Amino acid sequence: MFYRETGQFKTSYAADQAIFPILQDRAGIAVILVAAFVLIPWLGSDFFLTSIMIPVIIFALAAVGLNILTGYAGQLSLGTGAFMGVGAYACYKLTTIFPEANIILLMVLSGFFSAGIGVIFGLPSLRIKGFYLAIATLAAQFFLEWCFIRIGWLYNYNPSGAIEVPQREAFGMIVTGPAATPEVRYLVALTIVVTMTWLASNLIRGRIGRQWMMVRDMDIAAELMGIRMLRTKLLAFAVSSFYCGVAGALLVFLWYGAAEPSAFAIRVSFLVLFMIIIGGLGSLMGCFLGAAFIWGLPVVLRYIPEAMGLGLSATAVEHIAQMIIGALIIFFLIVEPHGLARLWRIAKQKLLVWPFPY
Amino acid sequence: MDLLYDIFVNPFVMMADRPVFLLKVIWEGLAAGVLYALIALGFVLIFKASGVFNFAQGIMVVFAALTLVGMYALGMPAYVALLFTIGVMYLLAVSVERLVLRPLVNQPDIILFMATIGLTYFLIGFGEFVFGGEPKVMITEELGLPRGIYRFEIAGQPLILQKLDVAATIIAVIMVAALAVFFNKTRIGRALRAVADDHQAALSVGISLNQIWVIVWFAAGIVALVTGIMWSAKSDVSFALEIIALRALPVLILGGFTSIPGAIIGGLIIGVGEKIGELYWGHLLGGGIDSWLAYFIALAFLLFRPQGLFGEKIIERV
Repeated sequence: MFYRETGQFKTSYAADQAIFPILQDRAGIAVILVAAFVLIPWLGSDFFLTSIMIPVIIFALAAVGLNILTGYAGQLSLGTGAFMGVGAYACYKLTTIFPEANIILLMVLSGFFSAGIGVIFGLPSLRIKGFYLAIATLAAQFFLEWCFIRIGWLYNYNPSGAIEVPQREAFGMIVTGPAATPEVRYLVALTIVVTMTWLASNLIRGRIGRQWMMVRDMDIAAELMGIRMLRTKLLAFAVSSFYCGVAGALLVFLWYGAAEPSAFAIRVSFLVLFMIIIGGLGSLMGCFLGAAFIWGLPVVLRYIPEAMGLGLSATAVEHIAQMIIGALIIFFLIVEPHGLARLWRIAKQKLLVWPFPY
Repeated sequence: MDLLYDIFVNPFVMMADRPVFLLKVIWEGLAAGVLYALIALGFVLIFKASGVFNFAQGIMVVFAALTLVGMYALGMPAYVALLFTIGVMYLLAVSVERLVLRPLVNQPDIILFMATIGLTYFLIGFGEFVFGGEPKVMITEELGLPRGIYRFEIAGQPLILQKLDVAATIIAVIMVAALAVFFNKTRIGRALRAVADDHQAALSVGISLNQIWVIVWFAAGIVALVTGIMWSAKSDVSFALEIIALRALPVLILGGFTSIPGAIIGGLIIGVGEKIGELYWGHLLGGGIDSWLAYFIALAFLLFRPQGLFGEKIIERV
């Protein structure tokens, strides 16, 4: 009754090309944005902001990056963690060399370094595909991780081998370092994430995105129709790594505060891969749903036994939580292999005809 | 100039200078390669028969070893514990087939791949919950595995071989031979090969896919158990061992996902290449390069043969 496409006529090309052509969608996204930008920092506690909201939106950005590569361009990658690491270390080096520069700008710029590395490790994709490629991207993961440990220049020869985020300002506010308030860090992260997601959605529905989807659906057919493999695949790797790199920089600068190479281990790659699979391959909204689900689940699982007053030791809870996560992932794949985004699409269909069944 | 000398001349001079040491390095590489090959074998068995890229193979290795040690710690005699572990692996195969593979039949490869990662998480949590997370010692003596060393003199220089490595190699050879006989001569083996060739055709001549999958996962479980015993005899039994699964992945792309000989030869190439690279060239980069060297060796081969050394030629049609 409330969610109708009928009667909303487009009178200009601009209206026809809008990201959200339906009035209700626009209203919905406005409500979400207001909630995210105003209500959550206003009402949410520091704990909620720092341990749930900030990581969720940052991982969602990494998931957008991986989804561009895997969901849209069809190239399976297991190197996400390392590409995030490249972004983080690049940002660290940039802010060491240019301490006066605007840190937000540097965080975005560090994505370009990650993109460059991504292109290099994307080269095998021209020759191999599928799981062979996935294992080849593991080469990136292990090689870059090794670089983070062995190349002292990357962490300024810090004896602990970790990078520690210095205090930096942008637009007169303290954005990074221990003195930055959670609200500021959250809003900075949210602004970057929302802007980049908006850019991604436009990229995907344009010429480039369509080329990626052609490559995903059948690369030989795409090649025969005149799509240049070299350019298209490497561009997918570059854009994807750019997003992952920015996400990595945000992760360290706005959330961890300090990071060791193990923060970008293969575990992170799998985490992000889970997010896009559970959220839905080839769906930007799925990235956010998947990130919220995968990140929120362990947090919730850890609090259930406490809340129920079960006297389990912390390690036992940890192990049981891991078992449940594994089982739930399998369960989710069985009941909805197309991810949470698919559930939303079904809900939308139902909303269109509601209150009538057909 | 010095660097070029270090890269292109010095290592070979060192090799020629001390041939017995080189022999020892190669032998160590082969011994490690046998274990890589065994893990890769588990992957290949499952991939061939069900098209599932089983990421959980590495964790099955740890899980099997852990069950064996855990049961022995509970007071079972070693061989009873071994039989019990085999039973557990069968149970695992049946439940994986029932609860994971059957509901996910006909899904895209990546979904099945993710499901096996979910299985990995589950098995890690389960194993640590039941047996505890602390490292344990493998019961090598109780299982009758030899300890100690063989000593040879070659041209006046000693060459020392671990008895355990020799035993591992012999057991691996026996197991591969047994698998080859099983695949080529028995009725079930032929059914397995039929399934590997074409699922639908196999179904249409009356081969039960479900049954085949259980058998294949069980076989992979046995391979995992043997690998687990051999590997943990050299170090402790703990979930840190899961890293070996990641070590075995380059073996897979090198040998090809569908080839058993490929897994073995790939394992040996990677094992030897890793040891030689680390010893003769590793110091140039500051050491620790064995975490990624195998991947680069495999990638170098892949540039020339994208389907792996022994993989089936990929024919693509529009």
